[in-house]
Amino acid sequence: MIERRDFLKGCLACGVTAATVSVAGGKAMAAGSFEGYPDAMGVLVDLTRCVGCRSCEAACNAEQKLPEPDLPFDDTSVFKDKRRTTEKAYTVVNEYKVADKETLYRKMQCNHCTEPACLSSCFVNAYTKTKEGAVIYNAKVCVGCRNCMIACPFNIPAYSYSSPLNPLVQKCIFCYDTRLKDGKPPACVDICPQQVMTFGRRADLIKLGHDRIQANPGKYVDKLYGEKAVGGTSWMYLSSVDFDKVGFDGHIQNEPIISNVKDFLGFVPMVLSIWPALFTGVHLLATKNKDGHHDHEEGDHQ
Amino acid sequence: MKLFLARNPNTQIIDSLRKDNDTGRPWTLMEKIFLGLTPKQYMAQAMSNPLNWVFAAILLVGIPFIIARFIFGLSWAVGDPYDNAWGLFLGFGLFGMVPLSSSGFQLGSAVEVFGRHDFEPIERLGILNGILGYFFAVIFLMCDLGQPWRLIYPMFVSWGPEAVLFLVAWHVATYLSVQAAETSTAFFEWMGWPAGRTFVKKMALGLAVAGIILSTLHQGALGALSTYAPGKIHPLWYSSSFQWLYFFVSSLPGGLCMVIVVSTIAVKTMDWRCDATFKNSLSKLQVSLAKGASMGLITYLVIRLIGVAHDNKWAYLTTGWGGWWLFEIGFGVILSLVLLTAGIRNNSVTLVRLGAWTTIIGVVLNRLNVYMITFNWQNGHVHIPPFREIMIVITVYSIYIMTYRAILYRWPILFKWKTRYSEYAVLEPKPAAVTAPEAAGSK
Ligand code: SF4
Ligand code: SF4
Ligand code: SF4
Repeated sequence: MIERRDFLKGCLACGVTAATVSVAGGKAMAAGSFEGYPDAMGVLVDLTRCVGCRSCEAACNAEQKLPEPDLPFDDTSVFKDKRRTTEKAYTVVNEYKVADKETLYRKMQCNHCTEPACLSSCFVNAYTKTKEGAVIYNAKVCVGCRNCMIACPFNIPAYSYSSPLNPLVQKCIFCYDTRLKDGKPPACVDICPQQVMTFGRRADLIKLGHDRIQANPGKYVDKLYGEKAVGGTSWMYLSSVDFDKVGFDGHIQNEPIISNVKDFLGFVPMVLSIWPALFTGVHLLATKNKDGHHDHEEGDHQ
Repeated sequence: MKLFLARNPNTQIIDSLRKDNDTGRPWTLMEKIFLGLTPKQYMAQAMSNPLNWVFAAILLVGIPFIIARFIFGLSWAVGDPYDNAWGLFLGFGLFGMVPLSSSGFQLGSAVEVFGRHDFEPIERLGILNGILGYFFAVIFLMCDLGQPWRLIYPMFVSWGPEAVLFLVAWHVATYLSVQAAETSTAFFEWMGWPAGRTFVKKMALGLAVAGIILSTLHQGALGALSTYAPGKIHPLWYSSSFQWLYFFVSSLPGGLCMVIVVSTIAVKTMDWRCDATFKNSLSKLQVSLAKGASMGLITYLVIRLIGVAHDNKWAYLTTGWGGWWLFEIGFGVILSLVLLTAGIRNNSVTLVRLGAWTTIIGVVLNRLNVYMITFNWQNGHVHIPPFREIMIVITVYSIYIMTYRAILYRWPILFKWKTRYSEYAVLEPKPAAVTAPEAAGSK
């Protein structure tokens, strides 16, 4: 059986891939059931307390040694547009005029998801969810495919497109190396004059959030944004109006983003194991009664 | 070339290893490269082709643009698209080119696995179309990556095996080698290296099966990638359970129709290069390819509709995006189906060719819709890529066409090499030493 041996030879290449990718399938399965680190920290943000002073933006800029902003941090003209995080600003505050002259401000930065989409989409594993709850990034391995920016449901990671030699993903890291690692609250939380943000164990904050909703009937909508969204986030929010009105995606899925690709990844080992046998079988059937046709030497029948 | 041959009807274009109809001395590599013309003649024919002037103009502007993109950074070419991180380089270059290159695995498996030897005259074109498409998809990817010199990191430095892109990277890399092996038979014939050709020929079945496996997975994976962004892609183009199927199934007609289109262009513009077998069987083959493509398209249409019904998304059809969706499906799928089936029924190769064009436009439009046009549809505006980005895409695509053409001119793809295979030995320096272990190995 010449064909069989040749077939095996030819399939050697895909055997290697088979091995790696089965690992992939298995790991993805496991990842879906991740409950989060028990002592992960988090931040509870109370939108009703924020006055839009932008001190947090300034504090972050200093702490993370980011470049000078185009406009000073006390300039409120920035509220004209809805801004997003960029390579120069890991956090931004936006203004939302909601009904009856009421104005709400919303600070945005990385939410440090329990099962981060950025992490699960990265093909070089550049992201790590630390046990303290931060989602940090390894600049040394990032290839710059920007899949993490596509995947992040909150549109957080930015990219330093302008650097020719070392462009990198830029996003809030929960002040991991300078503060969180030592148990200290992040710079933006620390500086806030209105105590908008409460730093603490995520598990405790969930309780605190619900208690606050209970204790102030009518003040908040009965939802702690981030408790469930995309598998839970370390930063969570309380608001007096529908979250959709203040720049959140109120219809975001509760399952982590990785569960969307799990079906497909689960299908991979199946294809790798069944297809070779299936198509060799088909081949034998298809060519059964055709005498030795597969050793065709086209050059010869001139 | 056409013009040149019309003016110089006695020119001998190389189609074998030796001069004077395969009886004289072997052609040198230089002669083979110039197709048997003198360099002067070659230049003259190249200059007389207006298309070459268009290419020259594109490269003159485009090559400096590509260089500038690497010197000044990505933002020079694409701006700072934070929300639409993937632009034309990937939207068109990777997501658009790869499905149109599925022809390699389809024709390879039709001939080698399913024993459809009637497809042989077009098998090599299908495989070449496959490898070039993938190769240039990788070039586009290199333009897009922030740090392209780290492209091998997912293979050797740091693994992210739970990422779909990890699978794509591994599969595209492996599949490129599979296709390189498959294409090499034509190259070996051209160079006159029989041992290599014999070796690869014996792996044909294995390579074809590896092609099926890898293609099923990475064509699907390109769709699965979009399920990372559920809220960002318009619901009509999104389905977390079917996305990979949409991409896989539509890549089948995409690849077959690309072969119909390319073979049509080839036979129209380089008639001198196509041999009689190719020319005589082409209409019949194109109709057969169209049959395959229309089966793929009908399946695709059905699953796209099931997808809408499954999540009950009919209401979106009355919106503006719904109109755009109807256009994509109406033009790219339904019109294509009508043209292809009418062509098959009436044996009209013209209709088949038209249908092939609408099919590939439809497939590319679908990829652009998923990754660019409807991406972040809730922001209310469509991200328009800047001029430099568009220009780089046109330039790389022109280089793709030029490479394609250069290979079709030379390697035995559209014609059969006149030198009989058994006579290769005459040209080999040490024929016995090279072929002996091979011969032993196959017994
Ligand atoms: S918010 Fe975005 S960037 Fe931050 S951890 Fe979640 S997915 Fe990653
Ligand atoms: S851009 Fe970098 S961090 Fe983001 S997914 Fe790609 S390799 Fe990973
Ligand atoms: S946690 Fe640190 S990095 Fe993140 S926004 Fe606050 S100050 Fe900036």
